[in-house]
Amino acid sequence: MIQLFATPNYNFIGRRRWAYLASALFILVGLVSLVSKGGLRYDIDFAGGTLVQVRFEQAPRVADIRRSLAGIGLETAIIQEFGDPREFIVRLPLGDKDSTAVARQIQQALGGAGTLGAFEIRRVEFVGPQVGRDLQLQAIYAVIAAAAGMLLYIALRFDLKGGVAAIVAVAHDVLVSVGALSLTDREFSLPVLAAILTIIGYSVNDTIVAYDRLRENRARLGVRGRPFAEQINTAINQTLSRTVLTALTTFFATLLLLVFGGKVLEDFAFALVVGVVTGTYSTVYIAGALIVDWTHYVEGRVRRPKKAVAKA
Amino acid sequence: MPRYFWVRVVIVLAVVLASVWYLYPLQRTINLGLDLQGGIHLVLGVELDKHLAGQVERAAEDFKIALDRKGIATRRVVSDGAARFVVELASPQVWTDALTVAREFTGFAPVDQDQAAGRFVMAIDERHTAQVREDAVAQAVERLRNRIDAFGVAEPTITRQGADRILIQLPGVQDVERAKALIGQTGLLEFKLVDRFLEPDVRVEELQRQLPPDREVLFRRLVDPETRAERRVPYVVVHRRALLTGAGLTAAAVSADPNAPGNWQVNITFNPAGAQRFAEITEQNVGRHLAIVLDGVVNSAPRINERIPGGQAVITGQFTIEEARNLRIVLGEGALPASVAILEERTVGPSLGADSIRQGMVAIIGSALLVFIFMLVYYRLSGLVADIALALNLLMLLAAMAAFGATLTLPGIAGIALTIGMAVDTNILIFERIREELRAGKTVRAAVDAGFARAFRAIIYTHVTVLVTAAILYNFGTGPVRGFAVTLFVGLMASLFTAVFFTRLLFDVFYMGRRRLQTISI
Repeated sequence: MIQLFATPNYNFIGRRRWAYLASALFILVGLVSLVSKGGLRYDIDFAGGTLVQVRFEQAPRVADIRRSLAGIGLETAIIQEFGDPREFIVRLPLGDKDSTAVARQIQQALGGAGTLGAFEIRRVEFVGPQVGRDLQLQAIYAVIAAAAGMLLYIALRFDLKGGVAAIVAVAHDVLVSVGALSLTDREFSLPVLAAILTIIGYSVNDTIVAYDRLRENRARLGVRGRPFAEQINTAINQTLSRTVLTALTTFFATLLLLVFGGKVLEDFAFALVVGVVTGTYSTVYIAGALIVDWTHYVEGRVRRPKKAVAKA
Repeated sequence: MPRYFWVRVVIVLAVVLASVWYLYPLQRTINLGLDLQGGIHLVLGVELDKHLAGQVERAAEDFKIALDRKGIATRRVVSDGAARFVVELASPQVWTDALTVAREFTGFAPVDQDQAAGRFVMAIDERHTAQVREDAVAQAVERLRNRIDAFGVAEPTITRQGADRILIQLPGVQDVERAKALIGQTGLLEFKLVDRFLEPDVRVEELQRQLPPDREVLFRRLVDPETRAERRVPYVVVHRRALLTGAGLTAAAVSADPNAPGNWQVNITFNPAGAQRFAEITEQNVGRHLAIVLDGVVNSAPRINERIPGGQAVITGQFTIEEARNLRIVLGEGALPASVAILEERTVGPSLGADSIRQGMVAIIGSALLVFIFMLVYYRLSGLVADIALALNLLMLLAAMAAFGATLTLPGIAGIALTIGMAVDTNILIFERIREELRAGKTVRAAVDAGFARAFRAIIYTHVTVLVTAAILYNFGTGPVRGFAVTLFVGLMASLFTAVFFTRLLFDVFYMGRRRLQTISI
């Protein structure tokens, strides 16, 4: 029998200060990257604009593409290689040329120069300013709804403390993932948002199994004599093999998606891979630890007023 | 024999058979999203504000006519651009009569009355506004559907989105420009009497300022025969009010333009009432020019030589055969009540879709293989049980998608890959629990029972979290993201069935047949 952790008894809660430090560091690096790059790079789903994906028969030079586009006044176009030296994405932000006609212009410009050879238009996307704004709003609502849904669910099934701790852990995962997206210069698109929402669900998933174990232990064994931190630590350890094993299989699946899923899915798969890793980490090191600190804080507050009374 | 053993066997067999039934043959049973099979996704915005302004302008004209009929003279009746029109009476004496007419006028009510000046404002009422908007969108959806049907697209989707948007999905359509032209064209055909022709170099702004309110300048479309680049040049001054519109059309047909080789024209036929009106108009205006105006642009302005009784007219212009065919469809299916703007467009070519399917399949098969091997190595015989459950899970996932007519999109494929990773989670939960019970010294049978029982609650909890996620994704997402939510949801349901019900059955078959089991391969 292969066993990753036979009867694990790691002191996760005891090392929670280090975990907080590590998390703060990760998030800080992500935030610095975000701020220095002027926020997330929105893809046209959110920013609006026109995108044309072209595949040439023979790999052209980017300078040639740029020249032919400049010929029709599209100097502002962003040209990116897309997964293959023959494949490119030409993107135009929303502007005065804001219309679906831009795609046709691009097509004509690429064909007109004659130096670029045969090509095929594989994808055209245009998102108007109104739609982009609506999608931005919807994205914010969706993330809030997901977080609120999880909070409510855990608060109802377990307790408010657990719910809040899980949501903080989720926020941690989202921040780390968004930071990773920014560090790797990836774009925030609708599928990436879907990935983030999935991360929210996945991250809570692990946490809830540990909570459930904690509750089961308390019901079965009683709480007498054992400090709260230790109880949580035990629950995390007892569910550790499941947490890690599931994380591994999910990690395999998302990693393969990242490697073989193609360029269109790359950012989406990347967000999922990061999310699975950070979601597992936050379950083990953050969610339980937060409850412990919160409980300690509340207990401290209960004791402190008495002192205050004594002083007065 | 465990309880209900055969009942459970029958249920599982029924599920497997139903799944295979729904999936056969695979190519035809699974709907592929636009991102996989290629096609056009458009979101149109119906320009309701413009439409409403037009309605108010028309109501102002009708109101003036209503007053005229009662012999009430007006100085002016003009819309002020804010869903209202201002009425100024010629004299305050007719005030009471005018107000009576105003109160009976449908959809509008008199406000801001100033009896001394003989002036009041007609404001559109809320209910009427809502009705006008509602009708405009509903009619636009219907007419667009008819146009697309006439265009010939297999399984198009035309649905309303929100108050003023229409989502159109045309799977497999490659001629994007033609489809867009067909959809975006309002198709409003009007016949207006020509006042005078203009020189192409006329100063339009200046001219427009001098014109009386019931006249307007119209342009003509000129096409370069080589590049097909379009130009609009000022052409005529016409009477603003249309004598006849395309609403009375019964048929339209395309034919070659006899006067301009290489160009095409559209022949139209009016219904009896339209033909009657057309005959009257031509009779009353012999010797004058009649402008045929399509979506505000003059098509031609032929001279009326005699009364035209048959209700036949020809729309010429430098049309290519495609443009002429589009125009035939647009005229035949009726004008859109309001103009539409393309707010979002996504077009995917078939080759990209095929690449996506191939890459997605590689990812799915790769994940499945990795997870299969992992479970087999880690849990041995029990891992095999989990693998069989996983296979059934995938089968059920695809079958459910086919049965519900759900659409598989590229993120949906990603959803399947993710499901593979997460589906074994329930088995891992159970197996780890069984191992724990075994370590605690329980017998095999007791450990298996306890493992399933204790893991059950956690399994339900974890499923609810993913369920919430899938529901939110479905609610907010469109197209591909929605496809992802659907696969996530269906995969989840399948995994609940396979892990809790099917795996338990397999355990019963593998391990429980022998009464005194000493060891278990887990």
